Amino acid sequence: MNEQAPISRDERVKKLEGLGSSRKRVEDVRFTQGAGNYVDDIKLDGMLFGDFVRSPYGHARIKSINTEAALAVPGVLAVITAADLKPLNLHYMPTLAGDVQAVLAEEKVLFQGQEVAFVVATDRYAAADGVELVEVDYDELPVINDAFKAMDDDAPVLREDIQDKMEGAHGTRKHHNHIFNWQEGDKEGTEKALAEADVVVEEMITYHRVHPCPLETCGSVASMDPITGKLTVWGTFQAPHVVRTVAALITDIPEHKIRIISPDIGGGFGNKVGVYPGYICSIVASIVTGKPVKWVEDRIENLMATAFARDYHMTGKLSATKDGKITGLSAHVLADHGAFDACADPTKFPAGFFHIVTGSYDIPVAHVSVDGVYTNKAPGGVAYRCSFRVTEAAYLIERMIDILARKLDMDPAEIRMKNFIKKEQFPYNSALGWEYDSGDYHTALEQALKAVNYDDLRAEQTENRAAFERGETRSLMGIGVAFFTEIVGAGPVKNCDILGLGMFDSCEIRIHPTGSATVRLGTISQGQGHATTFAQIVASEIGIPAEAITLEEGDTDTAPYGLGTYGSRSTPVAGAATAMAARKIRAKAQMIAAYMLEVHEGDLEWDIDRFQVKGNPELHKTMVEIAFAAYSLAVPGLEPGLEAVSYYDPPNMTYPFGAYISVVDIDVDTGVADVRKFYALDDCGTRINPMVIEGQIHGGLTEALAIVMGQDISYDKHGNITGGSLMDFFLPTAVETPTWETDFTVTPSPHHPIGAKGVGESPNVGGVPALSNAVHDAFAHKGLTHTQMPHDHWRVWKTAQSLGLTG
Amino acid sequence: MIPGSFEYHRPPTISDAVGLLVSFGDDALILAGGHSLIPMMKLRMAVPEYLIDLQDISSLKSISVEGDQITLGAMVTQAELIASSALSEKCPILQTTSLQIADPQIRNVGTIGGNVANGDPGNDMPAVMQLLDATYTLVGPNGERDVKARDFYETAYFTERADDEILTAIKFTAPAAGHGSAYEKQKRKIGDYATAAAGVVLTMADGICTSASIGLTNVADTPLWAEASAAALVGTSVDEPAIKAAMDAAKAIADPAQDSRGPREFRIHVTGIMVQRAIQQAVKNAQ
Repeated sequence: MNEQAPISRDERVKKLEGLGSSRKRVEDVRFTQGAGNYVDDIKLDGMLFGDFVRSPYGHARIKSINTEAALAVPGVLAVITAADLKPLNLHYMPTLAGDVQAVLAEEKVLFQGQEVAFVVATDRYAAADGVELVEVDYDELPVINDAFKAMDDDAPVLREDIQDKMEGAHGTRKHHNHIFNWQEGDKEGTEKALAEADVVVEEMITYHRVHPCPLETCGSVASMDPITGKLTVWGTFQAPHVVRTVAALITDIPEHKIRIISPDIGGGFGNKVGVYPGYICSIVASIVTGKPVKWVEDRIENLMATAFARDYHMTGKLSATKDGKITGLSAHVLADHGAFDACADPTKFPAGFFHIVTGSYDIPVAHVSVDGVYTNKAPGGVAYRCSFRVTEAAYLIERMIDILARKLDMDPAEIRMKNFIKKEQFPYNSALGWEYDSGDYHTALEQALKAVNYDDLRAEQTENRAAFERGETRSLMGIGVAFFTEIVGAGPVKNCDILGLGMFDSCEIRIHPTGSATVRLGTISQGQGHATTFAQIVASEIGIPAEAITLEEGDTDTAPYGLGTYGSRSTPVAGAATAMAARKIRAKAQMIAAYMLEVHEGDLEWDIDRFQVKGNPELHKTMVEIAFAAYSLAVPGLEPGLEAVSYYDPPNMTYPFGAYISVVDIDVDTGVADVRKFYALDDCGTRINPMVIEGQIHGGLTEALAIVMGQDISYDKHGNITGGSLMDFFLPTAVETPTWETDFTVTPSPHHPIGAKGVGESPNVGGVPALSNAVHDAFAHKGLTHTQMPHDHWRVWKTAQSLGLTG
Repeated sequence: MIPGSFEYHRPPTISDAVGLLVSFGDDALILAGGHSLIPMMKLRMAVPEYLIDLQDISSLKSISVEGDQITLGAMVTQAELIASSALSEKCPILQTTSLQIADPQIRNVGTIGGNVANGDPGNDMPAVMQLLDATYTLVGPNGERDVKARDFYETAYFTERADDEILTAIKFTAPAAGHGSAYEKQKRKIGDYATAAAGVVLTMADGICTSASIGLTNVADTPLWAEASAAALVGTSVDEPAIKAAMDAAKAIADPAQDSRGPREFRIHVTGIMVQRAIQQAVKNAQ
């Protein structure tokens, strides 16, 4: 034993490729060679294809549906309508938000692109030909495309199915198009603070409707085995176990007879959290036909009908002393949820975690009130690369604090420094009820300001403005400062659930006799690199190399129950479960090592990849040796084997934060805002894989750029969606994407087993205000207070024009 | 995004292709690079029963530069236009413009003939061909005829080409040696149609503009040859008032619709800015 030439401790650490290693992504071998296996790659014997007939109208009554011509198309086997689903009680399905959503429209269509009939055929072409020939006779109805008009007295009733049901999932509805009112905080105290303040700024800030637009659209393949009665569904699911439970609840198929598999997923960003009519229809069609049925939406369908994000109209009031100390915040949100409330939030939080809106600031009193309304738009309201409604909240407070700074003639960085929660105040209880676990905001912003030479940038801006006045340039420079606090890792079971299912997560580790391991999680990667990074957690915890660890996710027949991947919850929750399961392994390994070395357990200490005798490191057993012993030695009092499972209920959320600074140059003649510089400092606690973190930051910032500079799902007065194809929906390419500079500080989470906080969504939360603030800053000296996103060419030009700069 | 069914033909010669067009009549469409037609078929906005692919007709793939006479076969790709040193020497605006069409993958397949024949006002080459005063050769059952690019476009997607004709070649005289040119295009991203775009070719002698021609893209139902805009430059030193006059003349004929790029007013404004910048760049490029 122990005969190999000894290698240094550093080399042993390096060999593990554990925490802190920029290990290359193991997934990329297949992804970069076109060998991924996505839903649309699944081909089964006799598989049929389904395709939707969708509503061309925003609001219309269905007079009749004639399927005769479609059924005559060779290859078309069935056309399913609401009339077929109703006897099965499947014409409506429950949403994650406590509402119901039509699977296929019964009497009315409520948004353009709504699913009306499902054509099932032997191939995609026949299905598409069938879709063309289904004749639906509509009577158009008046459309509500403006949330501010949804609760007018004479507003048409959108949801006739719940017209008489004034008790909603979140309290009493006050109008037939009202969904809920949700409040948090001290209303009276906030009103008093506002009334008594030296200065109050107020602004209505809209965060427009956008769409996650993942590279892979949504889809499913359902296969009901008529012999075993077992239903298998492959699909683009960010939460496979939740889908299994929902499927069991609505179909009466027992849960052990349902297998949900999420294969490789080509990006989710929240788009694949919800349950869509296509999933239900493929299942029903498989049960009806006895054959596997595939449904995959196309890009236009994805943009039109599956899960938008944002659409929040936020009125903020921020009060302060005359020297810039914030004294109170009130926020009212008019939330446009579309035709059905299908928001993907923890059930008790109809506005998600919007009440993180006090941000990174020590605000003594605050109040938020959110009213959700129905409109003739697609349902959704998902957390597009952010925790639940956190990017909306961050955008509001980060715009408001800039507006306050202008009013007080203070620098945006200075006013933030003045109001930050101080390092010694953590754990910090916010006015809206959150307990921030940790933070060091002053250090982060100081590091950021220094890194970008902030004072020099401001001096350059002063010179630019003077040159503009002299007519020497038509370009205006803007500097955007944003500081965000994310709230991720939903979440503690005591207050976070989805349809009653607590938002814990899970990990199962099996150490094999020869010292390699299989790790299974309740989450599912959509590109985040779980197979790479979770193996690193295990590697550091139990001392076997990451390359000897295989990670499996996404198959409910094999993975432990988990609530899935969204809201940056995988690392905070499943990552914690992984560390805890690994620690169970290590505890048992210690007992085995003690037996092998004939010492007392307490005489052993853990060192990188082994247990060694305290004071005599020559006497040790590596984890690989212990693994074999676990399967070969009869250790008195211990069961054979080396496995562990952990279900982790986090004691609190984690609170990643960051300081972002951007510089834009705006061509006032064309409205083009060119991002010259973008610096992102992130603090996500312990950093598992710096390269993967950097990749996450780059991706998230690019999506933030897309949202700020052009993404826009809007509707015209007839209810027609505009921006529903990639011709118009802004998806930046490498050419439009600036260079992202990344930086970090490390403030570990005190309650997470390895101190990690989650990072995937921070860049969207911080990136949107940083870029928008820069555009506003360019015009601030001309008196611009606020203008709504997106800051696309014509809107920026219009701003310049309204300020008299385009002459 | 699934097209209807169609019959695919790949004739070896122009006359075979014309023969197929004649026999299939209205139900046939011609496929060149396919970057406009195939998306339209997938959206079922175009539902041809017969698709006649020109890619096997080698006579459509040549670039000919003889003296100052340039002839481009309809199936010459944008990538080939960019790669041709003879063209970039004689008429660099073709290269400048091609480089602003989408991305390299698209330019490897997209053709000059398809770009000009389709009648899509968003396409960049028609305005360039108008400002170069190019002539299109159309071949049909009754033989060959020439139509000026300036006379070819009727309205969006409607042109002088009859259903049974194929646009086979584009001919023009290269601008005078020493000319300057530029193509300025404002777009939201790579691959987008222009909010507005302007092409300029001009010649300068002793600091005075001796000739000019200007074309506009995507600011009306058809490409626009901005004759008055160019005329405003000739005989001037291309100073600020002259450029302003050229901008105003271009804006006066621009007639864009509101779309997601912005309202009409903005797109007309950008038309002026693109004309201004293209003129300034062309003057810089002129000898």
